[in-house]
Amino acid sequence: MAGRASAPGAKGLALPHVPKILVYIIGFVPAVWLFYAGIMDQLGADPMRYLEQALGLWALRFLVATLAITPLRQLFNINLLRYRRAIGLLAFYYAALHLITYLVLDQGLDGAAIVADIVKRPYITIGMATFVILVPLAVTSNNAAIRRMGGQAWAKLHKLVYVAAIGAVLHYILVVKSWPLEPLIYAAIVAVLLGYRLFRSLVKKPSPRRRTA
Amino acid sequence: AAPLQAGKSPFSTDEKLTSREDVTSYNNFYEFGTGKDDPAAKAKSLKTSPWTVKVDGMVGKPAEFAVEDLIKSSALEERIYRMRCVEGWSMVIPWVGFPLADLIKRVEPLGSAKYVAFETAYRPEEMPGMDTLFPVLEWPYVEGLRLDEAMNPLTILAVGLYGETLPNQNGAPIRLVVPWKYGFKGIKSITRISFVDKQPPTSWNKQAPSEYGFYANVNPSVDHPRWSQATERRIGEGGLFVKRRPTLMFNGYAEQVASLYTGMDLRKLY
Repeated sequence: MAGRASAPGAKGLALPHVPKILVYIIGFVPAVWLFYAGIMDQLGADPMRYLEQALGLWALRFLVATLAITPLRQLFNINLLRYRRAIGLLAFYYAALHLITYLVLDQGLDGAAIVADIVKRPYITIGMATFVILVPLAVTSNNAAIRRMGGQAWAKLHKLVYVAAIGAVLHYILVVKSWPLEPLIYAAIVAVLLGYRLFRSLVKKPSPRRRTA
Repeated sequence: AAPLQAGKSPFSTDEKLTSREDVTSYNNFYEFGTGKDDPAAKAKSLKTSPWTVKVDGMVGKPAEFAVEDLIKSSALEERIYRMRCVEGWSMVIPWVGFPLADLIKRVEPLGSAKYVAFETAYRPEEMPGMDTLFPVLEWPYVEGLRLDEAMNPLTILAVGLYGETLPNQNGAPIRLVVPWKYGFKGIKSITRISFVDKQPPTSWNKQAPSEYGFYANVNPSVDHPRWSQATERRIGEGGLFVKRRPTLMFNGYAEQVASLYTGMDLRKLY
């Protein structure tokens, strides 16, 4: 989830350096607006469901955005690496808010109903598993963790974001009736972003960076 | 929406009504899109007048009824019913309509007729949700009831709500309301009613047979395969802090309809 944002020699377009705090501030605008509108009763006839779904959708959007950063750099020379950690953490925060909304507002902290949901409902099982996967990624999204783990182990762990992305779109597809377009579009985007990595790993077996001779 | 005169009914609940705003802005009517706000935004394009309902099949007197004639010739009643959506939310809606049984008696079904099949208008040019790359359902929308379910006094054809003719997003000009079944059984904007001897196909059952049965009776003890049906959220109640309420067997209409299903395994015939 988090990038080695300060890696030296980062290539790419000379984008203006936005302070990372600004990414968080902008990233939290939808959440603040949603909670405010919810309390002011501006979220339509079924405000709890709207809030729950919107928070989940934003988590997925940020997850997709983190996955887009590497292809953007490799294919289009647009380097947003220094924001990847912030965007990845935003995905986690939105997933946490989505989960809290489900647990507290939707289920009213009814333990039995929640456990039954997790055990019996595939989309909730998958959603919970996806959140559980995001936890270690969020916890290790800091420089201290990278130092402690070592870059390779850290990078390996963070490949779990691919699994989380698949889990998130499955969770979305399974919660809706029939096959409406929107979840399928997200699934297609995730498929392209992951397929790109698979393709690249198959085509470019030796990493160009290792060619020292 | 034009005002309608309607008498009271002993079948009405005295529960608190869901606001007209919520009833007319939060709808599932996939012919206009899959979003809850799509029908209210897009259903204006549906031309609901003139409108005829063709009644055919195994009947002694097949007929085509103009909806305005049906309204004039029927004793309209207000029926305040609970409406439970298969998605786990509910409303209390003051429908205006007449018993489907009244219409059925007028066309004199033959002894061979066992089921009633319904069909929604098929008008892609007026119904933008039908005209999509991947259709969410096979059009036109079709539904069905067993003849005894159709004859039950709770089953109505609604032509209005809140004392006025139906808004398009709620299924204008005429729709089915079967209050002990999940909302998707309440087929909207009906153009055809056929009497048949075999169980007719129904849209959601065709789309996902393991998830939506022909009967679709509200039943808290038979879960939808993907979510629980034990509880529901009443729209407009508590806002963000809405509390789930237990779902009632047959949506609270067991007294009137449970006998229709005596001896049936409702886990299998869901």
